[in-house]
Formats: sequence, structure tokens, C-alpha cells
Amino acid sequence: MKRKHRRLSIVLLALLALGGAVALVMAAFEENIVFFFSPTEIAEKQITAEQRLRVGGLVEEGSIGKAEDGVTVTFVVTDTVNTVPVAFKGILPDLFREGQGVVIEGHMINGVFKADNVLAKHDENYMPPEVAEALKKSGAWKHAQEDLENQK
Amino acid sequence: MIVEIGHYALVLALFVSILQGTMPLIGASRGQVRWMALAAPASWAQLFTVSVAFAALTVAYLGSDFSVLNVIKNSHTTKPMLYKISGVWGNHEGSMLLWVLILAVFGSAVSLFGRNLPEGLKARVLSVQGLIAVGFLLFILLTSNPFERVFPPPADGESLNPLLQDPGLAFHPPFLYLGYVGFSMAFSFAIAALLEGRVDPSWARWVRPWTLAAWSFLTVGIVLGSWWAYYELGWGGWWFWDPVENASFMPWLAGTALLHSAIVAEKRDTLKAWTIFLAIVAFSLSLLGTFLVRSGVLTSVHAFATDPERGVFILVLLIIAIGGSFALFAWRGPSIKTGGMFKPVSREGALLLNNLLMTTATAVVLLGTLYPLFIDALDLGKVSVGAPFFNAAFIPIMIPLVLAMAVGPFLSWKRSGLMTPLMKLKFVFIASLAAAAMTFSMKQDASILASFGIFMAVWLGAGTLWEFSSRIKLFAAPFGESMKRMGKMPRSMWGMTLTHFGLAIAIVGMIGAEAWKVESIQVMKPGEMVTVSGWDYTFEGAREVAGPNYVALRGSFTVRRSGEKETFVTLYPEKRVYTVTQRPTTEAGIHTTWLGDLYAVIGDPSKDNSGAFVTRLYFNPLVAWMWFGATIMVIGGLVSLTDRRHRVGVPKPSAAPAPAAKK
Repeated sequence: MKRKHRRLSIVLLALLALGGAVALVMAAFEENIVFFFSPTEIAEKQITAEQRLRVGGLVEEGSIGKAEDGVTVTFVVTDTVNTVPVAFKGILPDLFREGQGVVIEGHMINGVFKADNVLAKHDENYMPPEVAEALKKSGAWKHAQEDLENQK
Repeated sequence: MIVEIGHYALVLALFVSILQGTMPLIGASRGQVRWMALAAPASWAQLFTVSVAFAALTVAYLGSDFSVLNVIKNSHTTKPMLYKISGVWGNHEGSMLLWVLILAVFGSAVSLFGRNLPEGLKARVLSVQGLIAVGFLLFILLTSNPFERVFPPPADGESLNPLLQDPGLAFHPPFLYLGYVGFSMAFSFAIAALLEGRVDPSWARWVRPWTLAAWSFLTVGIVLGSWWAYYELGWGGWWFWDPVENASFMPWLAGTALLHSAIVAEKRDTLKAWTIFLAIVAFSLSLLGTFLVRSGVLTSVHAFATDPERGVFILVLLIIAIGGSFALFAWRGPSIKTGGMFKPVSREGALLLNNLLMTTATAVVLLGTLYPLFIDALDLGKVSVGAPFFNAAFIPIMIPLVLAMAVGPFLSWKRSGLMTPLMKLKFVFIASLAAAAMTFSMKQDASILASFGIFMAVWLGAGTLWEFSSRIKLFAAPFGESMKRMGKMPRSMWGMTLTHFGLAIAIVGMIGAEAWKVESIQVMKPGEMVTVSGWDYTFEGAREVAGPNYVALRGSFTVRRSGEKETFVTLYPEKRVYTVTQRPTTEAGIHTTWLGDLYAVIGDPSKDNSGAFVTRLYFNPLVAWMWFGATIMVIGGLVSLTDRRHRVGVPKPSAAPAPAAKK
């Protein structure tokens, strides 16, 4: 086999790997990308139950409660303009508190957000960029910043 | 006073590294021996000054010197000694100081072990190391000074984030950094080679041990992080495809590719430009990882509060380092001559296949990790790319890789047939099929995918052992001769066998933990029993216990095999509240067996004072295999590092039959 041929076969193999990877990535992107919405966007947009999404905002003060089964936690996520009621079955992350920023992932079913993932933070002073964004949009950012300062 | 000495030493280190980064480089290009000779003493001076700075910060932590802002923010007098020490690098400023310290250690290691390196190459390598140090020292001094003083000092500190007060995480960052910074060695050698315009097998022989060391350290770091996430976060998971995890995984993937291509570059004097390219990529990804973690641009479960100014600084550093090195590569790379020829089906071909798949996998992880940033920058909305994407795009690339891994070592250099090795592997194939079929029939809930995973693990594990035994002619030759052959086998071959086998074991663990995990969430009153995967968990109630700097609510679960009276084990999950920060953490109660982990987490008490708690119980099958397999992989890396070749050193390219070459 000549050097040229060897090069060619390597290049072909590389292209094959790349093409395969691109196909895989495209297919995976199609199904597995999760869009992020603020509570206001949820209120404005038509969202189907199949659509998986992330919602960010603050946990409303005094909104945390338990459903009758004793395991499902209910709370309300707000960007201070609109709110989304949330139900989550499981143990909440350690740093989950009322008045704090939170990102939840799941589906909107009959007006209630069924979360299967509540993002925990390692650090109390940390505000997820999406939450900050959602709060900035609704003009509540300064308020949230003060909240964070108070927790320090 | 000591703190000021530390700060002063750090400034000195900056000047030393400016010297180290420029003079030898100029000297090497002009052939001035005196200027080149400056490199080694400069690297020692850098190690000394940075060590003084690091020691000063450590002293401040040990003595709880609360006039230092960094100590106030991250320490407290009641904190146990271990975490006073780990607190030094458990924060942004200190961890950057550790980064530079490790860089200095690696640099002086080149001076120490590199006595027989060609003078010009050594000068250039140390210079590039010096330039990296300049970047990071500037970063520390300008944006993240750990020696900042506060007046008046407060009575006590704010203590370390309780999640970090954990033995697993105390040593996670140093190992991760040893890996990241270790790749800077391969990078420096690559840049130096490009500047010299010469890459020969002895160059690859120099790069290999450094890459191997970096890879082993990085593996330890990643595994420690994963292990910590598994027992500390209390979610029962061990890998979340989180941006911060990906940040450490990408250099690992690229480093693994580099490790394999460097073999080809050394043994066959080919794929050299590619090896250089990978060396640049591996370190660039290390820098990118540092950027992603330290800038906070990505939402991550592992994210810590960050400062955007620092992000911009690292981004600039990133652009200079990565852009500069790739530009250099584009300019000088084409002049690198290729050596030995090989056919597609050959040892080289197999290693190249590894490289193609590894780099493709790296690209996929990179794309998935950065995709949300692109979309956001283009103002197309906010998206997140999570585990489902990575599972769908990454795992299919790993399948051919693992399948080929068992075959590759059977192939000979230059040219080889595919039939002979495949025929040799027929028993392995039958065994793997049998294992898959057994899995499928034994586990009622076994999916085809999990059975296929077991097939791959057995194929790789048994194939690796088979290759080992055919290498030493086990059963084919008298036993004594086999033993002799085994004794003579180079350490690097041992290393390969161990790491490949370790990966097979780890795959078994990953499949068990992913496919057959059983989870149960409920409210339990004291005395109540729940059965999870054939184990009866009885909740015995919870009581308060006091730790050194926290108060914990400790639940206790008696676990019995279903139907048996005898207690198998008692689990004590805790919910801790750290006194200073008032922050809660979860400590899972875990009992490890070879078949799986019994795992219990205690949640909130119910409000009606009945003593009932929300509890989360898991059976996580085969998790221990994962940690065990990873440990074998690291041991393999270390064994390979002790290969005689690395110690004897590099034969001079001109002196033909060098002592190290006979083997």
C-alpha cells in the first residue's frame, strides 16, 4: 500500500468516525435538549405535557408544603411576576430554602410542574445564571441580590 | 509577617518565571549556552518561591490567622485539622496557588530527571513551563490574591463549605490538578519540539512518562470526585454529565488518546504531528476545564460562587495559550516528517482507531458541554444538555472502542491479519456470549442493552487476560518458562494489561449501577419496614448526635435479608447541620458488598411529631466494581510508569544500539 493510499484510508476512517459522531449528536440533540423558561414564559407560551423543560426562579416564601402521600413536596417558583406550582417526589437538596434561587427540571402537566430533578447547589452564595436572567427580566434582580447578601 | 513573606515570595516567583519563560527561549534560538543554562536554576527558584508562598498560606490556616481574608472566608477555629489543611486549596485563591505549586514541582522535575535531555529541548521545555507560570501567577496576583489582609480581624472565621469537609473531597482537587498540570508537561514538550522543528522517537519517549503520570493522577482525581458525589450528595448516582464533571473528563479522554499515540510515535516514529496535536489539545482542555469551573459560565450542580472578572482573565489566558499553540502547530506542524509505514490492520492501526474514537468522543462531550453557551450567545434561548444527550451520543462511540480494545494488543506492528487474532479470541467470544445470556436469563429486569454491556465487559476482560497468557505462553510452554517470560515482561506491558482489565471490571460496575438500581422513597415511622431488592430495611428511629463542628440527626436502619431474622448490617445515614454556617449536609449510610451497595438516606421529619421521616432507600448493584476497576487502572498506570525504559533514559538518536533499546 502506498503512502498516499494509507493516508487516504486514514482520512476516510476519520471522516467515517466524524460523520457517525455528527449523526449521533444530531439525533441526540433532537430528543434530549431541554429548554429553559422563566415562570413568565411558562404563562405566556403553550406548553405540552410531553415537552421536557427547566424552570428557574425563586422559591416563594411560605409556599413549601407536603402532599397527602407525605413524600411529595409542593412549592411555588416565582420570578415575582408570575408563578408556577411545583410537585416533586423525593428528598430535596440540602440547600433548598424558601426565598432562594432554584432550577427545576420536568414536565408541565395540567398546570402543575411535575419536577423529577431539583438542582442543588454546593454553595449558598451561588445563583444559577438562568435564575438571575429570569429575575432580571422581571425586574426582581436587585431584590434577589439583597436576599443573597442577607444570607451571607 | 509570614503572610507578607508569602505574598512577597509570590511576586518574586512571577519575576523568576518571567526570566524562566524568556531567557532560555532566546538562548535556545541563538544557541547561547549560558542563557539556556539559566532554565534549570530558574525552575528551582520558582519551586522555592512558590513553596514559600504556599507554606505561608498553610501556616495562616493552621494558626487560624483571621487577619487574612481567605482564612476568614474558609476556616474556623473549631474545624478539624484535616480540613484546616484542605481548606488551603478548598477555595478559589488557594486552589490556584496549588495549581502553580504543582506546575513548579513538574518544572523542577524536568531539571532533576532531564539531565540527559538535549540542552536546547530542555531549555525550551522549561521556558514554556515558565510562560504558563507567568500567566497563572499574574492571574493570582491581579485577581485572586490569597494573602489579602483585613483590619480589624474578626474573632472567628466563616468556616469551609461543609460539603467540602469530607476526606474524599479533601484530596480530590490536588489529584485533579496533578493531572491537569501534568498535561502541561506534554504540552511544553510539544511546543518545544515545534520550536525546534524536530520530533524523534526519543522525544516521544520523554513525553510518555509525563503523560502517564498525569493520566494516572487525573484518573484518581475523577474517581475521587465521582465517589464523593456518590456518597455525599445522597442521590445514589455517581456521574451526572454535569459541565464541571465533563470539564475534568475531556482532558482525560484526550490524555488517553495521547498516551496511545505517543506509543506509536516512540516505537514506530510515525503519527508524530498527531501526537503533538493531541498534547496541545489535552492541555488546552485542562485550561478550558479550569475556565469552566472557575468562571461559572455554565449552570452546574457543582458550581460555586464566582467572580466574572476572573472568568474574563482566564478566557484571555485561554485564547493566548490555545490560539498561540495551535497557530504554532499550523505553522510548524506540516514540516514534521512521518517515519514508519503501516497497514490499516496493524498495531499502529489499532492505536489509531483508539485515537479516532477517543477524539471523537472528546469532541462530542465538548460540543454537549459548550452547546448551551453557543445557543445563549446567539440569543436562541436557554437550553441545557444533560445526561440523556451524553448517553445517546457518547456511549455508541465507546462500544466499538471497547470491542476493538480486546483485539488490538494481538495485532503486530506494521502489518497484521485480522483473522488470526479473531480466531485466538473465539473462546473469549463464546465466554462473553455465555455471560450475556446468563445475565439476560438471571435478571428478570435485564434489558438487552445491559446484557450487551456485560458481553463487552467480559469480552474486554477475558480478551485482555487471554492476550496476557498467550504472551507468556501459559499452558503452551512448561510452567517454569511461562513464569520466566512473565518476569521478563516489560512493565509497560503489565501496565496495559492491568488498565485494560481494570476498565473491564469498571464497566461491569457501571452497568450494574445504571441498569439495576432499585430506589424507593417513602415516609417511615420507627419500627416500619420496607423491602428493597430482597433486603428488609427497618427504620429504628433517629436521634441527635454531636460532631466536632456540627450537630447531626442520625437515623438508624437495621437491614436483614428478606425473610431472615438475623441482622445483616445497621446503616446510619445522617443529616448534619454545621454549627458555624448553619448549612445542612446529607451523609448517606452505605454498606458495600461485592454484589451491591445498601444505601440509605434520611430526609425531613414529618411535621406531626410522630418520629416519622421521609427516607430514600437504594440497592445500587455492583458499585464497588467501579471503584475497584478504577483502582486497578491507576495501578496499571503507575506500574507502567516504573518501566525500566523511563529510568534508563533516552538513547541518543545517533548512538544506534543504546542500552535501553534491548528488550
